[in-house]
Amino acid sequence: MTAMTKPGKVVVLDGNEAAAKGVALARPDVVAVYPITPQSSLVEHLSSLIASGELDAELMNVEGEHSVLSALQGAALAGARTYTATSGPGLAFMFEPYIRQPGLRLPMVASLVTRDTLTPQCVWGGHQDAMLVRECGWIHMYCETVQEILDSVIMGYKVAEHPEIMLPVNVNHDGNYLSFGVTRCEIPEQGLVDDFLGPKNINWHAALDPERPMSVDPLTGNAGGAGPSMFVRYRKGQTEAMAHALDIIAEVHADWAKRTGRHHAPLVEEYRLEGAEVALITLGSMTGAAKDCCDALRAGGRKVGVIKVKTYRPFPVAAMARALSQVKAVGVMDRSVSYGWNSGPMHQDTLTVLGKTGLRMPCLSFIGGLAGADITEAHFERAYDAVFKAVSGDMPPGPLWVNEKD
Amino acid sequence: MTEIRIHGRGGQGAVLASGLLAQAMADEGRHVVAIPSFGFERRGAPVACFMRVEDKPIRAMTNIYKPDIILCIDPTVSKVVNIFEGMGPGGILVQAGKGDPSALAVPPVVAKIGLCDAVGIALAIFKRPITNTVMLGAFARTTGLVSLAALKSAIEGGEFRDAGLKQNLEAVERGYHETQLLALKGTA
Repeated sequence: MTAMTKPGKVVVLDGNEAAAKGVALARPDVVAVYPITPQSSLVEHLSSLIASGELDAELMNVEGEHSVLSALQGAALAGARTYTATSGPGLAFMFEPYIRQPGLRLPMVASLVTRDTLTPQCVWGGHQDAMLVRECGWIHMYCETVQEILDSVIMGYKVAEHPEIMLPVNVNHDGNYLSFGVTRCEIPEQGLVDDFLGPKNINWHAALDPERPMSVDPLTGNAGGAGPSMFVRYRKGQTEAMAHALDIIAEVHADWAKRTGRHHAPLVEEYRLEGAEVALITLGSMTGAAKDCCDALRAGGRKVGVIKVKTYRPFPVAAMARALSQVKAVGVMDRSVSYGWNSGPMHQDTLTVLGKTGLRMPCLSFIGGLAGADITEAHFERAYDAVFKAVSGDMPPGPLWVNEKD
Repeated sequence: MTEIRIHGRGGQGAVLASGLLAQAMADEGRHVVAIPSFGFERRGAPVACFMRVEDKPIRAMTNIYKPDIILCIDPTVSKVVNIFEGMGPGGILVQAGKGDPSALAVPPVVAKIGLCDAVGIALAIFKRPITNTVMLGAFARTTGLVSLAALKSAIEGGEFRDAGLKQNLEAVERGYHETQLLALKGTA
């Protein structure tokens, strides 16, 4: 493959349409959908791409999300490249086949158009839905921009179908701010994407195929015979593939950058960490405002940086440790809560990295942007102030709720 | 960076208008972001959209609290929503409505008004008070931030077909030409 990058066509669209365009370029064979806010327009765009013949895929409009993923697992076992998208309550209804998929080692890409969860009743963005499934064995990548959604959906297939990985990938984009936020986006040429993804091989390991009869997912485990060791073998294989996925995700991002000229940090992006005293850790579309805030504070001589997490599961421990080692204190901006720890989930992940690596520093939990609330440059400035105060010994006892007074 | 807030009511096409405006501005080489306000917008309920325009890539995906320009595509929504919230000195108002722009009640920060009888024009063209494309014409005329040609090209490249396309092209053209402009002091 040539090292020359090919410019694509520039269009103006929202994140949901960008996801649909990315899916179409990845040429899935089967797409199953059930609409739910704020994902609905994504599957409407996909349906229309299929209806117009732009995407030659079978579209299954089924009766609910449980059936969506069950149907796609059958399709994947028959060798199909598959796709779906869901949000919040739809993801909850999908849970049973969702936890089955990674163990089956069935690659697919599913967009989570992230949404806060019930209750109180709400329909707006937040990361709570995706965070609730963070330990199920799916790879989770969070997008910052509309362009990154399109690019990451395509890259997701390359990661998922890598023969050393064979795991499902959630490409997550923020409900509302990214799903409906309209901006410029470059659409790569079909030939570039075809070359990048290469031929698919989905069911070489487990198949519903009359030519290769096999039992798929037979009863395994229990306390006698080969049960325990066999079950451990499956589990270890899964966790090892997850850990290895970090390398493959980095390789795939580098390959994509070489072909398109678009570099997205694969695991963790270090933004202006050189000489920084404190940093804020971000996830998803909130990052743009954090970078703007960082630039404004830097212009005023304050030594601040941003650490953006792209790949959230598996958690990029080494990349995060490298970023953390450059600062004296951090604040983690979660768009969801960890009820069990009275903080944010990514705050817990960061504390774990600090513990594993022996780094010691104040690490504050900020919780903001719940249920569609905005996290603005002004919010980030107050968060930086709180982290600086922690450096001088003023450590808050619990999480700081960013939108508490909005 | 220019920040624009669009106000309207559900059903008038404010979100669609923001998409067309974004397309037109991008076609003219600008970077642009448009974010709609969220919720289950019912027909007639107040809605808003937030837009940023800049000559370099825009990173913030947030709402707008200090608009430079307000595009209000409904003649009465300002009675239930403070459309001027956060506007600073030198602001521009592009307003749907009849009559004399100097009779509009606007805060002293407003430096320029473009007033367009969008409901009258829409009723004449569509037989329905859908004011969005009319007001895009008014926006182009009042602000000069986008050309009429780019708006027409964005409309032609959009979802409109046949009679609907012809009507919307007429709407944006009439909005552009039938907007009354008024300069004010625009002080704090």
